[in-house]
Amino acid sequence: MNPKPRTQFAIQSRLLHWLMAVMILAMLFIGVAMVSSLADYRWLVALHRPLGIAILILAIIRLVNRKLTKLPPFPPTMSPLERRIASSSEKLLYALMIALPLIGWGMLSAGHYPIVMFGAVHLPPILPAHPLLFAILRAAHTVLAYLLFATILAHVGAVLFHTLIVRDRILDRMALWPIRRPKTPAPDANPAE
Amino acid sequence: MKPFLTIDPTLTRPALLLRLALIGLVLGGAAALFAWRAGWFTPHTLTQDTVIDTFQKVNGVFPGFRRNHAKGVCFRGYFESNGNAAALSRAGVFSPGRIPVLGRFSLGGGLPYVTDAPATVRALAVQFQLQNGEEWRTAMINLPVFPVQNVQQFAEQLVAFAPDPATGKPDPAKIQAFVAAHPATARALPLIQQRPISSGFADSPYYGLNAFTFLDKGGKPTPVRWTMVPEQPFQPSPAVDPGATDKNYLFDGLIAAVRSAPQRWRLILTLGQPGDPTSDATITWPADRQTIDAGTLVVDQIESEAVSPARDMNFDPTILPDGIAVSDDPLLSARSAAYSVSFTRREGERKEPSAVTTAETGK
Ligand code: HEM
Ligand code: HEM
Repeated sequence: MNPKPRTQFAIQSRLLHWLMAVMILAMLFIGVAMVSSLADYRWLVALHRPLGIAILILAIIRLVNRKLTKLPPFPPTMSPLERRIASSSEKLLYALMIALPLIGWGMLSAGHYPIVMFGAVHLPPILPAHPLLFAILRAAHTVLAYLLFATILAHVGAVLFHTLIVRDRILDRMALWPIRRPKTPAPDANPAE
Repeated sequence: MKPFLTIDPTLTRPALLLRLALIGLVLGGAAALFAWRAGWFTPHTLTQDTVIDTFQKVNGVFPGFRRNHAKGVCFRGYFESNGNAAALSRAGVFSPGRIPVLGRFSLGGGLPYVTDAPATVRALAVQFQLQNGEEWRTAMINLPVFPVQNVQQFAEQLVAFAPDPATGKPDPAKIQAFVAAHPATARALPLIQQRPISSGFADSPYYGLNAFTFLDKGGKPTPVRWTMVPEQPFQPSPAVDPGATDKNYLFDGLIAAVRSAPQRWRLILTLGQPGDPTSDATITWPADRQTIDAGTLVVDQIESEAVSPARDMNFDPTILPDGIAVSDDPLLSARSAAYSVSFTRREGERKEPSAVTTAETGK
C-alpha cells in the first residue's frame, strides 16, 4: 500500500462520510418532525423507512471499508486521552448508525407492520410479531436516536474546536478535495486506532 | 505528558472568545433547530400525542386497549376478487382469486366494556394479505359520512360530546355550540342520524369514507371510495333495546351468525369524477357515480382478542399495496399518526381480558 502515511482519509471514505452525514442528519430531523406532525406524518414516515435502510446499507459498506483501508494517523496536537475519546466516539457512531435502522426494521416486524420501501417493494420481517418486543424496540429507537444526535453534536464540537482554536487543520483529513501535505509538523507515527 | 488540549498560541484572547462563542452558536443552534422540529417550543399545537391524550381524558385509560374502537372481536376469512377492478388498480388484491384476510369488528368509542347499543358506531377493520407479501389494511364504519373534516375538528368534537362529569351525559349546550361553529358537521349530522340502523354487525354496511387514488398499470389515477355492502338481508334494529339483557348483544349476534354460516360483504367501489371532493369525508359524491363490485369478503371464523393476531395489529388506513394510494384527504395522515400512538401505548401495557371473551367466541 501507500508507503507514506496518509494525511487524508481515502477518497471513498471521505465521500461516504459526507454523504452519510447529510443523510443521518436529515433522518434525525425527519424522525422527530414526523412524530409530532399530524399533517405530514404519512409522507415523512414513507420517506423515513427507505432512507433509513439506505443508511444501514451504506453503514455496512463503510464499516468494511474502514477495516480495509489505512486510516490517516491522528494529528500530533491530540493527546493520548483525546485520541482514546475520539476513537471510542467513532465506534459509538458506527454502532448507532447500524443499530438504529436495524431497530427500526425490527420494531416494525415486531409490530406486525409490512415494511414498505417503495411501490410494491418491501422487506421481510426480521423478528416475530410481539407486543412487548415492539414496545421495547420503539422506545429504544427514540433513546438511541437522541443519543446519536448528541454524539454527532459532540463530534462536530470537537472538530470545530480543533479547527478554530487548536488550528491543526484537522478538517483537511476529511475534506472532499485533495489537500497538499503540510510542510512543518511531521505526522505522528501512531495509527488512528 | 501532553496537555489534553492545546490552544493555538497565536490566538489573542478576544479572538479566542469569539471563536468559542461561534462554536457554542453552531452547536446550540443545531440543538435548538432539532428541538423546534420536535415541537418542544410549541407545546399547544395538536399532535398525535395530544390527540390520544384527549381520548384518554374523555374516556379514561384502559391499559392494553385501543384508545378508540376499544371494544371488539376478531375474525378470519378470505377475499374473493372477481377481477372487475383490475383495470382500475394494478394492486394484486384485484386480480381474480382468493386471498386470506384477518380483521376486527368493533364499536366506536374508547370504552372496552361499554354496553352494546343500536346507535353506537359499528366498525369493520380488514387486513388483506396479498400474494406477493404486500398488505392492504382498511378501517371502515357504518356511517354514510364522517361528522368532521379534519383532526382538529375531531379533537374538538371529542371534548364537545364528552359526558359532563356532573350529569354523566353530554352537555347539549356544548354540542350545539360545536355544531353551530362547524357547518360541515351540521350538514353531516342529519345524514348520520337518519341512516337505517340494522339489527347487528352482520347486516350492516361499512363505509371507507376517505377517498383514495387507484392507479392502473400505466399509472392512470382514479379517485375511489369503497363500501362493504352486506349480502345478509337488512333486518331493522329491534324495538326493545337488547342491550338491557345482553351487554354484548351485537357481538353475540355476530358470533352466532358466523357459526351458522360464513357472513359475506361485497366490496363496492365508487368512482369519483373530476371535481368530486376527495379531501372531505363529510360529503358524499353524487348518487349517479359509477360503482364497481370488486369481489366478496367472507368472514368464516370469529376469535376473541385474547387469541387473535388482529388485537396486536394497527389497522392504519395508509397501509396500502402498490396500485392504491392516499388522496389529499387530511384525515388520512392524521389517522395514521394517531393510530400509531394509540398502538404504541397499548402494546407496552399489560393486557386485560376483553369484554367479548374466548368463552363467548369458543376460540
Ligand atoms: C439512521 C437511521 C435512523 C434514524 C436516525 C432514525 C431516527 C428516528 C427518530 C429521531 C425518530 C423519532 C423518535 C421519537 O421522537 O420518538 C424515529 C421514529 C421512527 N422510525 Fe426511525 N430512524 C432510523 C431508521 C429507521 C428505519 C430503518 C426504520 C424502518 C424501516 C425506521 C422507522 C421508524 C418509525 C416507524 C418511527 C416511529 C413512527 C411512530 O412512532 O409513529 N427508522 N426514527
Ligand atoms: C382524525 C380522525 C380520526 C381519529 C383521530 C381516529 C382515531 C382512532 C384511534 C386512536 C383508533 C385506535 C387505533 C389502534 O389503537 O389501533 C381508531 C380505530 C379505528 N378507527 Fe379511527 N379515527 C379517525 C377517523 C376515522 C375514520 C374516518 C374512520 C372510518 C372511515 C375510522 C375508523 C376506525 C376503525 C374501524 C377503527 C378500529 C380499527 C381496529 O379494529 O383496530 N376512524 N381510530
